Amino acid sequence: MRRWRYFGYRLLLALPVVFGILILNFFLIRLAPGDAASVLAGESGAATPEYTELLRTKFGLDRPLPEQFVAYILAALRFDLGFSFRNDAPVSELIFARLGPTVLLMITAFTLALSIGTLLGLLAAVARNTWRDAVISVATLVCYATPGFWLGLMLIVIFSLHLGWFPTSGFENIAEGYEGWERVVDVARHLAMPAMALGLFYLALYTRVMRASMLEQTGMDYVVTARAKGQSERRIMFGHMLRNAFLPVLTMAGVQAGNLIGGSVVIETVFGWPGIGTLAFNALQSRDLNLLLGIFFISACLVVIINLIVEILTVFLDPRIQA
Amino acid sequence: MSSTVLDIQDLTIGLPAGADRSSAVQGMNLALRAGEVTCLIGESGSGKSLAARAVLGLLPGPRVSVTAGRILFEGQDLVSLPEREMAKIRGARIGMIFQEPMTALNPLHRIGRQIEEVFRIHTTLGTAERRGRVVKLLADVHLPDPEKIARSYPHQLSGGQRQRAMIAMALALEPKLLIADEPTTALDVTTQAQILHLIHELQREHGTAVLFITHDFGVVADIADQVAVLQKGVLVEAGPRDAVLNAPQHAYTKALLAAVPRLVVPDRPPATAGLVVLESVDVRKSYAAKGFFARGRSTQALDGVSVQLHRGETLGLVGESGSGKSTLARAMTRLLPIDSGDVILKGEGITHLSTKAMRPYRRMVQMVFQDPYASLDPRQRVVDIISEGPIIHGTPPAEAHTRARRLLGLVGLDPSAADRYPHEFSGGQRQRIGIARALAVEPEVLVADEPVSALDVSVQAQVLELLADIKAELGISMLFVTHDLRVALQICDRIAVMRHGAIVELGPTAEIFASPRHPYTRALFDAVPGAAWSQGAEILTPAE
Amino acid sequence: MRAGLRRFARNRMALAGSVVIFCVFLLTVTAPFLFPQGAFNLAGQPLQPPSLRFPLGTDALGRDVAAGVAEGARTSLLIGISAALSAVLFGAAVGGIAGYYRGPIDLLLMRLTEFFQTIPAFLLAMLLVVILSPSLLSVIIAIAAVSWPGIARLVRGEFVALGGREFILASAGLGASGPRIIFRHLLPNCLSSIIAVGSLLVATAILLETGLAFLGLGDPNIMSWGLQISAGRVSLRSAWWVCTFPGIAILLTVLSINLIGDGLNEALNPRLRKR
Repeated sequence: MRRWRYFGYRLLLALPVVFGILILNFFLIRLAPGDAASVLAGESGAATPEYTELLRTKFGLDRPLPEQFVAYILAALRFDLGFSFRNDAPVSELIFARLGPTVLLMITAFTLALSIGTLLGLLAAVARNTWRDAVISVATLVCYATPGFWLGLMLIVIFSLHLGWFPTSGFENIAEGYEGWERVVDVARHLAMPAMALGLFYLALYTRVMRASMLEQTGMDYVVTARAKGQSERRIMFGHMLRNAFLPVLTMAGVQAGNLIGGSVVIETVFGWPGIGTLAFNALQSRDLNLLLGIFFISACLVVIINLIVEILTVFLDPRIQA
Repeated sequence: MSSTVLDIQDLTIGLPAGADRSSAVQGMNLALRAGEVTCLIGESGSGKSLAARAVLGLLPGPRVSVTAGRILFEGQDLVSLPEREMAKIRGARIGMIFQEPMTALNPLHRIGRQIEEVFRIHTTLGTAERRGRVVKLLADVHLPDPEKIARSYPHQLSGGQRQRAMIAMALALEPKLLIADEPTTALDVTTQAQILHLIHELQREHGTAVLFITHDFGVVADIADQVAVLQKGVLVEAGPRDAVLNAPQHAYTKALLAAVPRLVVPDRPPATAGLVVLESVDVRKSYAAKGFFARGRSTQALDGVSVQLHRGETLGLVGESGSGKSTLARAMTRLLPIDSGDVILKGEGITHLSTKAMRPYRRMVQMVFQDPYASLDPRQRVVDIISEGPIIHGTPPAEAHTRARRLLGLVGLDPSAADRYPHEFSGGQRQRIGIARALAVEPEVLVADEPVSALDVSVQAQVLELLADIKAELGISMLFVTHDLRVALQICDRIAVMRHGAIVELGPTAEIFASPRHPYTRALFDAVPGAAWSQGAEILTPAE
Repeated sequence: MRAGLRRFARNRMALAGSVVIFCVFLLTVTAPFLFPQGAFNLAGQPLQPPSLRFPLGTDALGRDVAAGVAEGARTSLLIGISAALSAVLFGAAVGGIAGYYRGPIDLLLMRLTEFFQTIPAFLLAMLLVVILSPSLLSVIIAIAAVSWPGIARLVRGEFVALGGREFILASAGLGASGPRIIFRHLLPNCLSSIIAVGSLLVATAILLETGLAFLGLGDPNIMSWGLQISAGRVSLRSAWWVCTFPGIAILLTVLSINLIGDGLNEALNPRLRKR
């Protein structure tokens, strides 16, 4: 029972974050040099004085600041994030249409990175100071220093252009008109390289954290106790240390959720993945600020949700956390 | 005499190169008999814990290992035993309990599961049977509501309860030998007395041999049949308890015993009660509990405490952890804000003074802290540490430095210590530096917060002596916080016994000692380890 | 500190990283002499594979890739170091104030820090650059603006931990002022952690910078590795070298800085030293 109340409390804590992003968004537009209306109009050729004036009244930019603010917040609470003139569609509609592929990409990359990273970190810690540890550590260091977009391009050169194993871009092969399982396989083939390009950095990160965390646990008193009970090293490792060592990795994963979204923007552009990253890139090219701000807001909400999930997982794994 | 369970022969434990000596334990011989408690006593760094761990084959890593000798357990040499065989003995035939029961338990597993693990490893009992045994074990160590304890996590229990659970775990399979590594050091005196009693009771009941590691002669007097004294890895003396305690042979044992504060009030002229220098009036302080749902709940650390410190006296604040004694000391030096009440220094209310207005009063009251490793800035030279106070109060740096060097002499350190860094000194030397820092601003009141509880007995005695000398020489008044009644009797003119944030009894030391009025005070005195021996009475060997 | 540097010098990986970074520095200094025409100069035929004349080939506009890599090194180091430095200064100030004064201001500042740690950093950096219009300064500001929370939490944590230590209480008991305690006692005691984490921040800043430049959010008049890769994308099929070499430059630089940072961490942080 206490647990659920705790989740409710965490949910309550998440609200100020969402609200904060709205405030930040509101002031970011006004941070731009020059008139907000002309910024909103974008660097489109259509920014005639009349059009700018139209925007000004439409967005209430001629009204006093507090009034604008209240109007902005009220609209945002109805998920009304404004209108993209470039795309001639409401911002929220544009974003929600593209949300699915991004979430799919992120979850795939995140799950792979977390599970494989934890496993590799465990392996490296078990085989500490052997060649296996050395190989994993060096590979981790290299992956940790590789920019994802470049890795993506290299993957395309090797696996698509030379070997022809995976398609270079897109979400699926629409022309083939696959259905059912065939479609799943098709999407998975398209997903493989972007997920790898996005996830490898985090895989390296989690491996590092897990290895360090495992090594930290080896010195703990409770490990000695388990040994004094006559428990085998293997059981001590899996029965006692693993869960204790995994907690910091999970915390780190929560903190990194925001960066994962940022990374997916770049990766999506490399692979032409039809998610909000590509949408953001297009908005960037046309300087469609309103759309960018909307994407920023929705992504941040996504991060808040991921953080909540991580929080819930942590509470289930760690009995010490009670409100 | 009963049979020998453990026979340690010529045990030598090697240390890695670069350690302060080549071996942690050198040529140790010790035999433990069934049904007897053998205390292995030594100061920090004597190698006593490593010796205990060597028995179970739990020495830390490849760099610390047994280099010579045999450890015969029921005739079998444990040193040469393969790891697989050793694992069968651990937990089943030799049990172990540790100093810190919080960290020795896995924080993520329930108590019941951790005890059950022993049965899982060593027996073929079914689930229901295992559960039943766990509950019975928890009842055997006198834990209330064992079913509920089994379902609890370590952090939900108190320190004493956790140690009881550890004991239940160690004795689950009725081992022939129990190794107890300072099992009561982290506990309060009253809890310590209970745990000692429990170990004694269970050990007698099952005829278990116990290897009990400790640094406290009081504990030895209470529980030991045999005593072995370890000095820097060498066993200097071993024998029956009464022989060692009453007629020690080796010089080191004699010195150690002489340094143990006795539970007696030493003869000394009564302090002439001067005017009140420092006073707390109805001081209240509560800590709000952390967390959202805990709002409204709070712990009352100080519940309307009024106490007066007179010029030239030493007032002891005695109590167990959580009694509020340290909180009161910090409140009276205004290092901790209080909720209500007043702190009065030489007739001036200093409770609400700003940092700046407080500064002139700061030099009148100085603190000496408990932890000699945390109380000195590791990045500063000793001379800078000592002269910081005078410099803050306007003394020219050059003059402050000269005086700092002179002060080092006063606290018994070589003036050359001035240019070194704190980490180059031992615990006792650091404590001397801390005292010099306090004295540098020529205070009128010294507040000492457990100044000797982190030190070995021999060092403890020296630091206490230094404090007494300084007090006599400089006419300083002292507020002395301690959990150790023996220390309080040695040094205090008056004693205030604290419990749950309030003073339960206050009076002249001799009076409190002779006729404690409050039941809690009596309980505290009774719980002092080795109380009877400490008072100088000869111990009679209890009839078996 | 001196003992720490000696430990650092014994760490072979960290030393190798230092050598690479030294070479990168050397490259930035000698670039104007090696490539006097600059990286934007049309040096030869477009899309030439690596040869003696163009060791790293030319791009679609006939620019020397090697010249770009040399000039990009300066951009990356300049942005990486100045952004990390600004983030460290700002983060340390926020964390220091929160950790020393505690109470409501701590609560407020830490909520703010957590907020900035939660929101997608790269997206915020993108937005800032777009709004401030891409230039060297705006990129530095944007990267610093998303990099400071880590340092703030570190410094606050250290201050809170140290603040409970008795030597800080002793100083307060002697009548030391707030600034004295902060600058004489607290900061010197957490400086080594700040240096170690700050050096790792340079690596993250460089990765952020290349990412921004890849999306076209760098200063258009300054050559950078991200810009080179972005320009090479279109000819990926026919000319692998245009994208590959700047990427390797990023990889080597970031890897080396990480090695240095890890080395500093191990050498200066006594807690990790045992491992």
